[in-house]
Amino acid sequence: MLLHTVNKSPFEKNSLETCLSLAKAGSSVLLIEDGVYAVQKGSQADAMISDALKTVNFYVLGPDLDARGMAADNMIDGIKTVDYNGFVDLVADHKAVQAWL
Amino acid sequence: MKFGILINEGPYQHQAPDSAYQFTKAALEKGHEIFRVFFYHDGVNNATRLAVPPQDDRNITTQWQALAKEYNLDLVVCIAAAQRRGLLDENEAKRNSKDADNIAEGFRISGLGQLIEAGIQSDRLVVFGD
Repeated sequence: MLLHTVNKSPFEKNSLETCLSLAKAGSSVLLIEDGVYAVQKGSQADAMISDALKTVNFYVLGPDLDARGMAADNMIDGIKTVDYNGFVDLVADHKAVQAWL
Repeated sequence: MKFGILINEGPYQHQAPDSAYQFTKAALEKGHEIFRVFFYHDGVNNATRLAVPPQDDRNITTQWQALAKEYNLDLVVCIAAAQRRGLLDENEAKRNSKDADNIAEGFRISGLGQLIEAGIQSDRLVVFGD
């Protein structure tokens, strides 16, 4: 299965939306850089992500959350936080990586 | 596992080079192999030895140099992208009749074939860009 990395805020670009429209069930999405803005509960992106979470695994890069002052307790349920070691493991555990730049 | 890294953005402009560095460092510390780091498009600007960032800021070029020295990394700069942006090694400076070169030690200038080879030889190619 594929690992998708998304590094754009969903409030600025539509790369997360495009990614989710093509991501197959069972694949994983890792939010990095400005992509981490998507994880906040109750935003415009919440419904899209909550819906995708039924079939796709969601991860977010913790150091990039911290760098943006994003509170971990306000995250959409089901998104897992990883550090750079976790990022490396995700890359190793998936067949290939697709960066949605 | 063998990883190839592609960096398409310049330093202090986008987070991509920082993310790539943190990822590469973590992968090496976990015992993975980095087949090659390829600097493409504005990413070639990571390889200049003339940048002088403020002392309380990270120096992205020297970070890569230190990592390359410790783990014997192959840091490759795309020649066409480098020439457009005024990034030259000694040979290229001479060949193009320029009065100076500016590539940092530990980086080497080569062609796109090196990226293709990294894609083929690595188990995973991880792309960092904008």
